[in-house]
Amino acid sequence: MYAVNFLLLGAVMFGLGVFGVLARRNAVAVLMSIELILNAVNVNLIAFALMNNSAEGHVFALYVIAVAAAEVGVGLAMVLMIYRNRRSIALDELSTMRG
Amino acid sequence: MTAATLTTGWFLENAWLIPIIPAIGFVLIIALGKRLPAKGSEIGIASIGASLVLAIGATYQWIDRVSSAGGGEYAGPISGVFGFARSIFPSASEAGTETYVEPVIKSWTWWQSGGLEFGFGQHIDGLAIMLLLLVTFISLLVQIFSTEYVSGDRRYTHFFAALTLFSAGMLVMVLAENMIQLILGWEIMGLCSFMLIGHWWEEQANSRAALKAFFTVRVGDVGLLVGTAIIFFGANQWAVDNGSNGFSIQAISGWALSGEASDSVLLWGGVALFIAAIGKSGQFPLHTWLPDAMAGPTPVSSLLHSSTMVVAGVFLVARLYPVFFIGFDIGSTNINLIAVIGGITVIAAAALAFVQSDIKKVLAYSTVSQLGYMMLGLGVGAWLPAVFHIFTHAFFKCCLFLAAGSISHSGSHHSFDMKKDMGGLWRKMPITAGTWMISTAALCGIPFFSGFFSKDEIIDNAHNNGYNLFYYVGLIGAAMTAAYMTRATYLTFFGTPRGAAAGEHHDDAHDDAHGAAHAAGHDTHDDHGHDTNDAHGHDAHGHDAHGHDDHGAHGPHESPWRITAPLVILAVLAIGSGYLNAPAVGTHYFTDWVEPVGAAVVTDEYSSDGYGGDDHSESAALGFAAPMAEEGYSEGCGYTTPEAGTICYAPKLNHAKFTWGKAAPSILLVAFGILASAWMCMGVFGGRRNPFAGLTSKFAPARWGHTFLVNKYYLDHLYERVIVRAVAHPIAAAAYWVNQNILDGVVNGVGRSGRRTGEWVYRNVDQRVVDGAVNASGLVASESGHAAQSIQSGRVNQYGALLFGAATVGAIVLILVNI
Amino acid sequence: MIAADVNVAQNVGFYIIAAIMVYAGLRVVSTRNVVHAALWLVTVLGGVAAQYVLAAAEFVAVSQVMVYIGAVMVLFLFGIMLTRATIGAEGDLNNRNWAMGIPVALALVGVMAWVIIDEYGSSTIAEPETVMPTEAISDIYLREGLVPFLALSFVLLAAAIGAIVLARKD
Repeated sequence: MYAVNFLLLGAVMFGLGVFGVLARRNAVAVLMSIELILNAVNVNLIAFALMNNSAEGHVFALYVIAVAAAEVGVGLAMVLMIYRNRRSIALDELSTMRG
Repeated sequence: MTAATLTTGWFLENAWLIPIIPAIGFVLIIALGKRLPAKGSEIGIASIGASLVLAIGATYQWIDRVSSAGGGEYAGPISGVFGFARSIFPSASEAGTETYVEPVIKSWTWWQSGGLEFGFGQHIDGLAIMLLLLVTFISLLVQIFSTEYVSGDRRYTHFFAALTLFSAGMLVMVLAENMIQLILGWEIMGLCSFMLIGHWWEEQANSRAALKAFFTVRVGDVGLLVGTAIIFFGANQWAVDNGSNGFSIQAISGWALSGEASDSVLLWGGVALFIAAIGKSGQFPLHTWLPDAMAGPTPVSSLLHSSTMVVAGVFLVARLYPVFFIGFDIGSTNINLIAVIGGITVIAAAALAFVQSDIKKVLAYSTVSQLGYMMLGLGVGAWLPAVFHIFTHAFFKCCLFLAAGSISHSGSHHSFDMKKDMGGLWRKMPITAGTWMISTAALCGIPFFSGFFSKDEIIDNAHNNGYNLFYYVGLIGAAMTAAYMTRATYLTFFGTPRGAAAGEHHDDAHDDAHGAAHAAGHDTHDDHGHDTNDAHGHDAHGHDAHGHDDHGAHGPHESPWRITAPLVILAVLAIGSGYLNAPAVGTHYFTDWVEPVGAAVVTDEYSSDGYGGDDHSESAALGFAAPMAEEGYSEGCGYTTPEAGTICYAPKLNHAKFTWGKAAPSILLVAFGILASAWMCMGVFGGRRNPFAGLTSKFAPARWGHTFLVNKYYLDHLYERVIVRAVAHPIAAAAYWVNQNILDGVVNGVGRSGRRTGEWVYRNVDQRVVDGAVNASGLVASESGHAAQSIQSGRVNQYGALLFGAATVGAIVLILVNI
Repeated sequence: MIAADVNVAQNVGFYIIAAIMVYAGLRVVSTRNVVHAALWLVTVLGGVAAQYVLAAAEFVAVSQVMVYIGAVMVLFLFGIMLTRATIGAEGDLNNRNWAMGIPVALALVGVMAWVIIDEYGSSTIAEPETVMPTEAISDIYLREGLVPFLALSFVLLAAAIGAIVLARKD
């Protein structure tokens, strides 16, 4: 198969994820966009592993999956805390750190 | 003539020690003198004595050196008699060749700057030896005299310190190897003269006299510096080519005679140096300080202002004689500046001596007149007679001054006024009177006393060299000298005793004399030097009790041995010193030993021996005729350029042949002067009525003449009231105006403008510009901060946008770079 | 597209799954309903797993399904549940400046696509003989990559503890 397939797919997913991070109001939605990004990266990794016929890409991808899981856990815990304190997780409104 | 090897010796090589010892003595006296038993005088006498010993040794070795050069046969006692007989009839010149005796020259570099070397050294030739001996000898005698004369003085120690320093200074000058050292010695002497004249500075008259002496000589010293500079620039090139530099006296002499010297440089340098000599040696018109210098103690007058310091000017001319010989063209018979000034001085000073009533002033004017003779001698080409006159004059003049001191010390109760306090002293003070008479005879030039052999030679040589005008000047001066000295002798020693000489102890009259003396000012002065008011700080002369140890007998008496012994020694020399160079008896030791021979020296050998004058210097004579020739020279050193490869250091000079016939006019004139003066004195001061008594009151021109002389030709008036005041008042006022208005105005103006500028700067620059810039920068920062604030919205989405946007940009840049 | 060394069937399968993924991804970032977004994300993740299988990375595919879809998405749904008062569509899910995201994303995608095509446009991947064996992966994990493996366990521990600490009620 063509090499560009996976890579382009990964790029498109990355772009979608970026758009989601920038455009979404809901914190959880932003986290989901981050997941998109991470998965795009994984696709890239697997593609290169396939191209180079090495297992290191797989290892890296598994790593990313594990860390992404951990990150989602902590991130959602933080979102819950924010929700408890502010009654809202609209990122528009969460701007007390403004300069 | 074969070349001779010149001898030298330890004393000649180390003659530079001679001034060093008194200099060390000076320091020791200042440091330790007050604590010593004799209060410092022992150090002074010891140091001068040591110098005298060294000088005697150097003299002895110099005589050896001269004889080793093949010059000078000594006339022994037997041949002296035949010489005397021979001299009555003029005879042919004695043949014989003479070689130039090279001086013992050493020099150490003191400091170098820009190719110029300033050094300290010695230049020992006959002239230097003569003066070394003379200065140390007379200094020693005067110091011994002073131990008695100024004993009990309030500044006894400093007196001896200054005397010793003076001797050191004069010795430095005498053996100076270069002009800078000569100037150094000259200035030290001037300083010591100032200190010593003003020894009793509590009386304002004395300090004024000291200042007058200093400033008058200073006027001349400008000439010394200018002259040295001119000569330096003229001589330096030639001197450097011949191994030394333009300050070296030997080099200057050689350069002057080398024919390469420009006439105008020699002339103007000579004029400038002569101006210095005018000031220092009291020539007309700068002679006015010398009589006033009599305000100092008598030993000072006898040492400095008669024998030694005042001859420094004459020494300067004699030392650099080639410069003057060529510059003023002394070899011809044209009238030159030196002779003119000398001649005027002779007559003018002699005239002034007639109207003085202070015995020291008479001697002072006599000194000025005799210095005029010396200058006259140098000006007419009679180098040796002039230098010999320095020699003989020192002895008899010093003796005269010391005798005056003896009179004041023991005869006239510290007064020097002949008319008021002296008279008839020969009975009570025989030794003083006898030495005075002998010295007066020498001064007048009576045959067989020393002055005859020196002064008459000047007159004779003036005639011989063709300076006829100055011949007559010299004769007239001799007559006048005899006349005024007779007057002074008469007033002092003969006639009826007056005042203190009559034994009036005048406790009241003394205070009157005191008061009168201090009210009148300078002429009649008391050289006792106590303040009139209260503090009579004298151990020996406590005026309160009037218990004078000296005047125990209330009247004049002979002085103690410490005063009379030097008098006797000097009187003996006043007779005997003339015989060193008495053509009448055929001796010419002085000529042989002192006069530099005007023979050219071959340079190769001279310069190959280096400039140290070592033992094996050889000089070849070039066969010139003997210096005893009478005829004028037309070739040789001083007349033509020396041949290539030779250097002349001294010009050839004529020596007039002595005959009694030629000496007759002066002898007769002297006799006439003595007799006429004696007759006049007896008429005016004595009892016998003769036409001259009361002349000035009867005859108006006589009175005008008398007034003119008493006012010293109004020269003091000219100098002090006209010149000084014209300079002082308007220039001082102008300077004050400049100071107040211009200088202070500038300063104030600067201050004012500075303040205004400061205010303006504060308002505009500081407040607006600087503060504005500071404020503006703050404003910029805050505004840009405000503007940048919108980036920090606190919203995560925006931060993410920035992040990804930056990453995108970075990626694009990376790609573009790596395309 | 008919080439000697190109597996046509694989490519077709890839394109179909990719299309689904892209559409689902679009729906994730544009739907108004957060729960719908989560479900579309599940679709994306499933599609990714399928692509892994196509890429002969079966272990990773299974891990993807188990971890992502099984755990992470459940977590997401719980998070959504706990942080919203209303069920269903809500107000604006996009923030004020959502339009700014488009150019950024497009630029990014454009750059990356350009680079990819420039570099890999004409290369093909050789057919793997076999799927990546799990031993190969575990060999790396337990040999060269041991330290990261252990560090990863720490990360997970820290995450677990952190999540508990952050989220507990006190």
